[in-house]
Amino acid sequence: MIEGILLPNTGDELAAPFWDGCAAGELRIQACVACGRLRFPPRPMCPWCQSMDSEWQVMSGRGSVWSFVVPHAPLLPAYQEFAPYNVIVVELDEDPGIRLVGNLVASEHQPLNSVDPYSITIGDPVRVVFATITGPDGEGGASSNDAVTLPRWVRA
Amino acid sequence: MGVGQTEFGKALEPSETELALTAIKAALDDAGIDPSEVDGLSSYTMENVEEFDIARNLGTGDVTWFSQVGYGGGAGCGVVGNAALAVAARQCDVAVAWRSRKRGARTSRPWAGVSQRITGHWQWSRPFGLLRPVDEVAMLARRAMHEYGWTRDHLANVALAFRKHANTNPGAQMHDKPMTRDDYLAARWISEPLCLFDNCLETDGAGAVVIVRADRAKDSPKPPVSVHAYAQAINRQHQVMTNYFGDDPLEGPAWACARRLWSLADVGPADVDVAQIYDAFSPLVPLSLQGYGFCAKGEGGPFTDDGAIEWPHGRLPTNTSGGGMSEAYVHGFNLITEGVRQIRGEAVNQVAGAQVALVTSGEGVPTGALLLTAVR
Repeated sequence: MIEGILLPNTGDELAAPFWDGCAAGELRIQACVACGRLRFPPRPMCPWCQSMDSEWQVMSGRGSVWSFVVPHAPLLPAYQEFAPYNVIVVELDEDPGIRLVGNLVASEHQPLNSVDPYSITIGDPVRVVFATITGPDGEGGASSNDAVTLPRWVRA
Repeated sequence: MGVGQTEFGKALEPSETELALTAIKAALDDAGIDPSEVDGLSSYTMENVEEFDIARNLGTGDVTWFSQVGYGGGAGCGVVGNAALAVAARQCDVAVAWRSRKRGARTSRPWAGVSQRITGHWQWSRPFGLLRPVDEVAMLARRAMHEYGWTRDHLANVALAFRKHANTNPGAQMHDKPMTRDDYLAARWISEPLCLFDNCLETDGAGAVVIVRADRAKDSPKPPVSVHAYAQAINRQHQVMTNYFGDDPLEGPAWACARRLWSLADVGPADVDVAQIYDAFSPLVPLSLQGYGFCAKGEGGPFTDDGAIEWPHGRLPTNTSGGGMSEAYVHGFNLITEGVRQIRGEAVNQVAGAQVALVTSGEGVPTGALLLTAVR
């Protein structure tokens, strides 16, 4: 458990298949059934053909660093203890228009600051890993689950 | 058209309501219009002072038009522009646009009250420690540096120009605080590649603008200023702040806004005498300069070299009162009041003979822009 970490509400109907995929060890991205185009973040309608039929496709989990930042204090306490850390945007090999925010770590269970941020270069190849994180106690209830699996990234 | 503002500072005594009323009354006095004539009210969705509260304090007559624009720093020009549309369409005759904000208190920062279970579009960024607006903009800044070859010196050009303007504006929060390039480069990081001086200020204060039709403006005690053109835009596939998902995230709403704005105008970028560019963070300035067509794509950083955005000698004096980074940060509203003062010829750092002012709201969020001109 990481005290105070911000976790997604995995009960969000639109996004749940993404988070369920992470829990199953798969990086799933929404795709239009009618025209086949991938889209992210998930939404009800395809902006290219207006179809409301969508499915979730499993990606290879490979991509490259599109950009990155190195946050310093002041930050929320759960993050400040790891600062300076990196936050990266990854564009996926399958479709460079699909970009995900994440962290480059040494391995899935290593902390946010386990990679020297000054070693990161735009274009670096990365691959997805998954880490299951437990949120703060007493936050349970109909709309939140205790454990959430987040995608993280390691050097490919 | 009248403009008014309060003092700017941290932890000011008056409430947001009192600040709003003070700025609005100042704007009405400036316009020579009695509060009882106000019948239109325009502000931000993030504004905490409600329209009815303004109306019953100010002693307006019947208010027959009111409206709010969303997206914080993207809203300002829309707030004024929509009021101009409303008076033109005779939904009202005397519209007041305002923004009042107490922000200096730490607890008022928008990310201070973030809940630990994230829904909506923030779930794709905040769990990973991309927490603050500065982190979100820094991501675009790093990409711009990579793609265009921009450097920290370009961002320093922006911070130093606006600080220099503030140093000669007694109303600016940073009036007494000169800054050198070494100061900038030595400042602590906030979110690399952005440092402390790439950020706007924390400000309590308010600004207001009075908008009437041209026939009424002729009676104004001050030189009237015309809303020559106005546009808003959300570009295709845009996502507010974490705008990483379109074909080219560096081509934000400013580009779409500029296309509409210039299509409505009798003038072009080369005719702009003074610019007020939304500057919550320094990279938004070069990104906006290229978006609004002052230079080619990718040239926004180098455009700021050689004092180009500095008053009085630069080719495009920008944020002449110090802007959000060095005068005050009230969601960009002080950029609008400064744009008006420039066209009237009454600014502290007056651009000689300014006839055309561009004022923009935030790049990277749904935005708007105003072209203000002298009434000839």
